[in-house]
Amino acid sequence: MLELKNISFNAVDEGGKTEIIRDISLTIPDNKFVVITGPNGGGKSTLAKLIAGIQPLSGGQIILDDEDITEKSITDRARMGIGFAFQQPVRFKGLTVLDLLRIASGSSISISRACDYLSEVGLCAKEYIDREVNASLSGGELKRIEIATILARDVKLAVFDEPEAGIDLWSFNNLIRIFEKMRNTDKKRTILVISHQERILNIADEIIVLADGKILKQGSKDEILPDIIGTQYAAGVCSKME
Amino acid sequence: MNMDPVQKQLLEEVADLHDIPEGAYNLRANGKSIGRNTTANIDIQTKPEGNGIDIRIKDGTVNESVHIPVVLSESGIKETVYNDFFIGENCDVLIVAGCGIDNCGNQDSQHNGIHRFYVGKNSKIRYVEKHYGSGNGDGKRILDPVTEVYMDEGSTMEMEMAQIKGVDSTERTTIAELKKDSKLVVRERLMTHGEQHALSVYKVSLNEEGSSADVVSRSVARGTSYQKFDACIIGNAACSGHTECDSIIMDNGRILAVPSLEANSIDAALVHEAAIGKIAGDQLIKLMTLGLTEAEAEEQIINGFLK
Repeated sequence: MLELKNISFNAVDEGGKTEIIRDISLTIPDNKFVVITGPNGGGKSTLAKLIAGIQPLSGGQIILDDEDITEKSITDRARMGIGFAFQQPVRFKGLTVLDLLRIASGSSISISRACDYLSEVGLCAKEYIDREVNASLSGGELKRIEIATILARDVKLAVFDEPEAGIDLWSFNNLIRIFEKMRNTDKKRTILVISHQERILNIADEIIVLADGKILKQGSKDEILPDIIGTQYAAGVCSKME
Repeated sequence: MNMDPVQKQLLEEVADLHDIPEGAYNLRANGKSIGRNTTANIDIQTKPEGNGIDIRIKDGTVNESVHIPVVLSESGIKETVYNDFFIGENCDVLIVAGCGIDNCGNQDSQHNGIHRFYVGKNSKIRYVEKHYGSGNGDGKRILDPVTEVYMDEGSTMEMEMAQIKGVDSTERTTIAELKKDSKLVVRERLMTHGEQHALSVYKVSLNEEGSSADVVSRSVARGTSYQKFDACIIGNAACSGHTECDSIIMDNGRILAVPSLEANSIDAALVHEAAIGKIAGDQLIKLMTLGLTEAEAEEQIINGFLK
């Protein structure tokens, strides 16, 4: 279980201090598929980065399974079972898909095991296993490899930061299928997705609406989704393409 | 053939050899030839002047290899060796060179290998050269190789040059002249540490129609080391040339990249690229979210980059 206790994050620049996350308290129970939605600039991605340790908190505490992880590094949190999929997957000259999956799994997994992870995200393993994770891969391909690195890790909590960003409609449809599959088959871990896509919200157990650094609403999908459907908090698939 | 453990280690580093290689070879240790084998198609003779070897490969020699590694394990040896390769027509041969220096003493150790390749018509050569240094003495480990390549019509040469560890100072010069439809591919990998200096100079002349060259260097400069990559491709005919230098700098490392092109024919198509930068923060963070420490992430990124 992940607990956020009175967390805040302030960005400091020349213009002064801007409050991005304002005193949020939140509990994310185990084995749930939770989606955080909200308008752009509302603090969704920042919240995801605070959980993974990529951004330091300005105030508050983060508790994972009764352990205070507020001061833990990115590496420590990863080793404690937090996985993080980037909004813009990172490219590496020279590192192959297999290298990345092996790093993710923390051991020298066999090629056939690595291929299983690729198959789970709908990539032809034979074609991709030796490819470099570089600019020759499309946004959709990178996104799926990014998800495969999460699958290769034995994480308690998988955080996906706007998985739909930067991909085409065809890849988006595939992405939804991957999440549906994870939703239906993977009950061992909590999945936290940052997204305002209606189709991703539609497979959530719980929905959290975040705006202006605060929680506006929180509840089960059936409670929340009818209220926000058709608004900027639950956009149709084509709106992202516009 | 007797080799001590240090020499064996050096041989493994520079030529991936655990034992005596198959096929033709000449092993040189501490200034002397300590083993040689020739085959029906590949002959190796000491030059009359005694300052190197001539390697002659007969027309039509395919699927054979020549290993000519050099190891220096005594401090204070300085040598310049001339090795000439005369490669016949229609050959397909692997040539493995390379030099390993272990210097535990106070005097500098230096090996300068001057290699000349005369590649016959339609022959295909793969050339692998690795440089490696070890030992904790104050004496420097110095390698100043010169490689000259003369390529006849339709020939292909792939050169893989690597210097990853332990060489204090190197000045590498590679000169190539290409005839009709010949092709040169160079992949250089270089990593410098501490106060090391490395200069790498290429001058590739595409002299006849259909010739092409692709010279790519990937390098990492750490510590206070300095590197200069100076690659010039000269197009004298309807030809195509590409040179690229891609580098990572760390700590206080410095790199000067000078890719240059000279087109002396209206039909010459030449391209150069150069990029130098530190490891991207996103790359480190990504690998840290997979459970690596920052130092482990750096090593993975560099190992991948130089692979």
